[in-house]
Amino acid sequence: MSDMMDDMEEGGEGVVKKFMFVNRKAPHGTIYALEGLEVALISAAFDQDVSMVFVDDGVYELIKGVNTKGIEVKDFSKTYRALEGYDIEKLYVEKASMDARGLTQDDLIVDVIALDSAEMANLMAEQDVVISY
Amino acid sequence: MKIGIMVSEGPYSHQASDTAYLFARNAIEKGHSVPRVFFYHDGVNNSTKLTQPPQDDRHVVNRWSKLAEDHGVDLVVCVAAGMRRGITDEILAPGFRISGLGQLVETGIQCDRLVTFGD
Amino acid sequence: MLHIVNKSATERNSLESALRLATKGSAVLLIEDAVYAATQGSVAAAKVQTAMADLQIYALGPDLDARGMSARVLDGVKVVDYGGFVDLVTEHNCCQSWL
Repeated sequence: MSDMMDDMEEGGEGVVKKFMFVNRKAPHGTIYALEGLEVALISAAFDQDVSMVFVDDGVYELIKGVNTKGIEVKDFSKTYRALEGYDIEKLYVEKASMDARGLTQDDLIVDVIALDSAEMANLMAEQDVVISY
Repeated sequence: MKIGIMVSEGPYSHQASDTAYLFARNAIEKGHSVPRVFFYHDGVNNSTKLTQPPQDDRHVVNRWSKLAEDHGVDLVVCVAAGMRRGITDEILAPGFRISGLGQLVETGIQCDRLVTFGD
Repeated sequence: MLHIVNKSATERNSLESALRLATKGSAVLLIEDAVYAATQGSVAAAKVQTAMADLQIYALGPDLDARGMSARVLDGVKVVDYGGFVDLVTEHNCCQSWL
């Protein structure tokens, strides 16, 4: 562990930053959705101001009625419902991304806030840390 | 300024690790500090000492190790992502260590900036 | 906010999404395969030119050079080196990568 890292740790106590996790990839075709969800769950332990947003193909992560038995891969879609239990309650989708894929909120496994593109842009611009996949 | 870095892709297949390295080196040359680079997703594959590129190619792994040695950069490989991909302590190149995902969140909290390089 | 885009705009929608979700006055840095969008004759160039009214557009010079595209850079796109990339990160309060 370097001296620089020691300096970092001294400054880290009690800091609350606005963290945003930006999900733009569909599940299963690549691992980003699953491993992105793992980061969000871990972040809950750090008492930060966490938002998760779903844009572009990321909205497909939240689809109901998933059955992954045939591809022999774990179904992690239900984990999105557990986020609330970790105090990650700010879930947003971009309305344009939903519309472009023929989806409505009734198709999703969790309650989300739908934002128009300008609102989403403003929310992103307010963040301190953005982690995207 | 303290700049943290996340690398989300392995070496050679994607440019991400090259760009991240050149960014880190230039940040340090400009007087900033890069306290930590966090390797996630296939980025964990940047950490293995078994890597042997052809002699006329850059050695992506050794370059990271040298940056760690020269400038005290903490090279952290995500344990969960690493275990999925067969990355263990036995095959780590110098300067790398395996730790939890919390180290990524901590980097975001403690650094002034966090820059992600991926695909 | 600094938006960093690394994907070719003729292969993926990363640039389009970044431009859609960047607030006025933000900066967009094109690196790796995204630099093709900042070159004359690309079908993506029109999007970049339109975006320049509201956004600062930058492209990473070493990536343009590596792709033989330096002579074709659109007017108004600012070319930076890796040191300039570092400056853009430190000058903006936050950065976001559109992977």
